[in-house]
Amino acid sequence: MQLLPAERAAQLSAEFGLKQDEYARVLSILGRSPSLTELGIFSVMWSEHCSYKSSRHWLKMLPTKAPWVIHGPGENAGVIDIGDGLAAIFKMESHNHPSFIEPYQGAATGVGGILRDVFTMGARPIANLNALRFGSPDAPRMKRVIDGVVRGIGGYGNCVGVPTVGGEVNFHPAYNGNPLVNAMTVGIAPRDRIFLSAAAGLGNPVVYVGSKTGRDGIHGATMASTEFSADSEEKRPTVQIGDPFTEKLLIEACLELMATDMIVAIQDMGAAGLTSSSVEMAGKGGVGIELVMDNVPQREEGMTAYEMMLSESQERMLMILKPGREAEAEAIFQKWELDFAVIGHLTDTGRIVIRHKGEIEADIPLAPLESEAPLYQRPTVETPKQPVLDAATIADPLGALPALEKLLGSLDLCSRRWIWDQYDSTVGGQTVKRPGGADAAVVKLEGLDRALAMTTDCTPRYCQADPEAGGAQAVAEAWRNLTAVGALPLAITDNMNFGNPEKPEIMGQFAAAVRGMAAACLALDFPVVSGNVSLYNETQGRGILPTPAIGGVGVLEDARQAVGLALRPELDVVLVGETLGWIGQSLWLREITGREEGAPPPVDLAAERRNGDFVRNQILSGSVVACHDLADGGLLVAAAEMAMGGSTGLKLAAPPAGAAAAGWWFGEDQARYLLAVQDGAALLAAARAAGVPAMKIGRSGGGDLVLADGSSISIARLVAAHEATLPALMNGEAA
Amino acid sequence: MKSAIIVFPGTNRERDMAIALERASGRKPAMVFHLQDALPPGTDLVVLPGGFSHGDYLRCGAMAAQSPIMRAVRDFAERGGLVLGVCNGFQILTEAGLLPGALLRNATLRFLSMDCHMRVERADTPFTSHWQKGAVFRSPMAHGDGNYFCDDETLARLNGEGLVAFRYATPEGSITPAANRNGARDNIAGILSPTLRICGLMPHPEDLVDPLMGGTDGLPLFTSLLDSLASA
Repeated sequence: MQLLPAERAAQLSAEFGLKQDEYARVLSILGRSPSLTELGIFSVMWSEHCSYKSSRHWLKMLPTKAPWVIHGPGENAGVIDIGDGLAAIFKMESHNHPSFIEPYQGAATGVGGILRDVFTMGARPIANLNALRFGSPDAPRMKRVIDGVVRGIGGYGNCVGVPTVGGEVNFHPAYNGNPLVNAMTVGIAPRDRIFLSAAAGLGNPVVYVGSKTGRDGIHGATMASTEFSADSEEKRPTVQIGDPFTEKLLIEACLELMATDMIVAIQDMGAAGLTSSSVEMAGKGGVGIELVMDNVPQREEGMTAYEMMLSESQERMLMILKPGREAEAEAIFQKWELDFAVIGHLTDTGRIVIRHKGEIEADIPLAPLESEAPLYQRPTVETPKQPVLDAATIADPLGALPALEKLLGSLDLCSRRWIWDQYDSTVGGQTVKRPGGADAAVVKLEGLDRALAMTTDCTPRYCQADPEAGGAQAVAEAWRNLTAVGALPLAITDNMNFGNPEKPEIMGQFAAAVRGMAAACLALDFPVVSGNVSLYNETQGRGILPTPAIGGVGVLEDARQAVGLALRPELDVVLVGETLGWIGQSLWLREITGREEGAPPPVDLAAERRNGDFVRNQILSGSVVACHDLADGGLLVAAAEMAMGGSTGLKLAAPPAGAAAAGWWFGEDQARYLLAVQDGAALLAAARAAGVPAMKIGRSGGGDLVLADGSSISIARLVAAHEATLPALMNGEAA
Repeated sequence: MKSAIIVFPGTNRERDMAIALERASGRKPAMVFHLQDALPPGTDLVVLPGGFSHGDYLRCGAMAAQSPIMRAVRDFAERGGLVLGVCNGFQILTEAGLLPGALLRNATLRFLSMDCHMRVERADTPFTSHWQKGAVFRSPMAHGDGNYFCDDETLARLNGEGLVAFRYATPEGSITPAANRNGARDNIAGILSPTLRICGLMPHPEDLVDPLMGGTDGLPLFTSLLDSLASA
């Protein structure tokens, strides 16, 4: 083996992102200087992206168990029992850094990667969602980023034929230099046919399938583990290029193979490619693995072992087959015109050995590569508490309806139609609630009555002001959105997007957000089953808003019970939940008075649970025509969204005596829903019996939104304000 | 009805199509992989479904049109068999020369995924008999290359011989530029062969055959086919 000279090795280790003490550990594990390939393997496996070295300590606090959880964090994706002998398999993952450098490919390969995490476990993907944070559209390059990310998500998802059914988007200058692209996939598999990644069986063949390996994406995981600087453009070669057509073939070929009994273990080649898949599969199985690089299908000539082990070429999978089944398996991949190669076998040495052209290029003991991986309990500083603002003390410059019209056209509340019109949301023929039609997307399971509801949620400005309350709120809002379509919320995946963990205030945000999330998960029986951490989301020292994006999944036993948010005429509109008029961190405060301040609304988890369970029971009883949770923008925005959704007007009662108008109409108190029902009195009686605060606030009909003081605005005018914003910004941005 | 759905590498709406055909006829269609060189015996309807055959690389439908199964489809069509092509299937039919014209990149230069409305231009065909002439129906569409183009001569023939099956329309049935999102010539959404036995269209009626998914506007396409085969 060709070892690196000591001085060169030390210098390269720093370039590869290893800290000095981490490199010292490499030397002590090997007992010698590393080869180039070995140094590459250590540096990517111990990168923040692959090792979770700053976050693992905190992530352990998250609840991950429930009777319906089949596999929690630690596998390629989380697995839950959804009844009828089926499991839902899902995860969310970030592709933030690549999407800023090369928006189309960065976002596209983010979708491709998360799809593989899900179908590698045996699931057919049935839905994609996303959670996007962009900077101010007038920031440099930002429109190009928005356009490229949306095209990339569509370009990949539309071609593989998985409907993109939901998501969320925020705009804030804190993301000007570091937008966030989080992609989520939900898949379905028979609950007794889940494929895991732990390798087993001495001598069993290690098989590579999918696309050929090229020089793209080398050290992508390392790039994702550092801050951005002015020379980030130079990192473009670390961004991978996606081929959704090959992914589609890979899905079909893998599912066909999975219908047989040939597979022992399987994992996709994601971040750190062949390195992480082989190391993790052998490590989990407690076996050794030997790979011959000469057998790896190669796209380019003259590739070295180092390049092949570090490449992040897309659409590749690694699997362990039962012995003697290679020819049968190969026939399936040939049918789908994909590469298939036996590139090694399992050993009992507990080591990973890489051979190329007759030489040994790496020989590393697997146990210490994992057990001695760095784990940091980094210093934390608590985020200072913000003052509680009183709506009564804040001047209201516009009045209710003009403020409403302005809010509905603002970036964080305007219609997302321009985005979702570029995503195929109906392929598969099972989409019951499409984007915009309900608080959560609802996708039926083919051939069954059962349906899954899914959503992505986070309110980063709350997290910035109070990470613990914000973390709890993100989980609670996901739970609420699933509840609002009538689904029973089951579990979440999380995508923790934060700044530089070496800064105590950032690590303090992370720790507090996890605390808040954990409390909400516990109170709502809503465990975390998978997740992803993206740190170092900073550009030139400026961090993003802390953004713990939550992807929630729930189940409806009968898809016909799902309700949307579209208001219909001649219905009572009932507000469920308590309204204090919480104005701090509200969008009204930011968009109408220009102040982004104050403590965010507190999350009363007992009230969330009580109110949500009540609302779900009402929906399942069949008495609810439409339901919408109150979130950004508060009561009046929610009412307007229902009215616009159904092209139906409504008349609203005056605020209760003593309530400040802005707080009543636009406060963002949590645990609230608007329900449209035939019989408001019956609903109020049921609420009283359940100990749930509820009041009738309006009656639907006509074509205007009318307030008790006689002021009114037409629904058509609200729709015009709501729909105009993104097309006006983006339609100049052609390909 | 004994239908066969052709599956190319990259086809992705074959399951949607199977659901719609089964809903209309009560019979599961056969899935036929592109490398096969014959249709199942007794096939009376061939459907080329939507998707991105061969990744839309080269040109949409260009490579699929050269697949082994397409010889059998062509023979089937020449014998008067019913052939339906939807979205990528329509693109493949034009590339195979079974229908005239071509599908260009959408005029907006963006992928368009939304509901559209189509006006039924004639009701005396195996594909449209369960609508009235002039009826308007809603359908999802989802394509990047659905902008129907043909030369003036072909356009005159299509219009003159009544070979336009569906045009993009407003919900009230007006043929307007605004209703024509992808920029197709004369708002053409779907066309017929001179024999009226081959039909291609861009939108996806197969995704709107169930009230649970938002409506049954697309169902008449499939019940028309069933009716025509039952009475044949």
